Amino acid sequence: MELQIDDSVLVKDYINGNEKALEVLINRHNQRISSFIYSKVLDRDVSEDIFQDTFIKVIKTLKKGNYSEEGKFLPWVMRIAHNLVIDHFRRNKRMPMFEGNDDFNIFSVIGDEKLNVEKQLIKDQIDSDLTLLIEELPDDQKEVLLMRIYRDMSFKEISENTGVSINTALGRMRYALINLRKIIEKHNIVLTN
Amino acid sequence: MEKIYSENQHKCKLAKASPETIKFLIGYSKSLQIVEYSNIQFENNLN
Repeated sequence: MELQIDDSVLVKDYINGNEKALEVLINRHNQRISSFIYSKVLDRDVSEDIFQDTFIKVIKTLKKGNYSEEGKFLPWVMRIAHNLVIDHFRRNKRMPMFEGNDDFNIFSVIGDEKLNVEKQLIKDQIDSDLTLLIEELPDDQKEVLLMRIYRDMSFKEISENTGVSINTALGRMRYALINLRKIIEKHNIVLTN
Repeated sequence: MEKIYSENQHKCKLAKASPETIKFLIGYSKSLQIVEYSNIQFENNLN
């Protein structure tokens, strides 16, 4: 039968400088303390952190000579662990992990820029309608509008390409837009997203 | 019945701090020195 040295003796030994006594104490109570912490926090990593902090506190208290031996080493360590678990939950309350709820969804703030399927369908429809409407414009206006809007050319480039002055290109663009609006109004077309 | 219970018992894993954590704590304990000067205690960590 293995002889087990009492906790109080080990604590005394440790205070007197026997580092090995601490190792025995930690290994002896490892499972009970770890299981206790884990049962509260339900996270292996957090439980490991709290276990470590608990024993750091134990080490400091013992080394400073602030521990009064009353034969209750394990309950004392458990109390420290318990307090650290409470601290952990308090800290998490101040900085909660945000998962969103029914009232407020985080994705409404950080949603991606892309259109959803419905909006994309509407946009495609408008684009195709507009292409048909542009076909109705006189050729000179249509040419300027296509160059400006779809090819993103400047009016200077348009004037160079079409062989007309910048002012004429500007005028054709203006009339192209006016005529487009007229066609839209005439046919009661709704082009909104 | 007994067999089933004992099988389940073996499958159950209890939480235990890792050997690394224990090693760290022992190392920490060895490196920590408390120095007292005019009734104030100072923590010294000698690595």
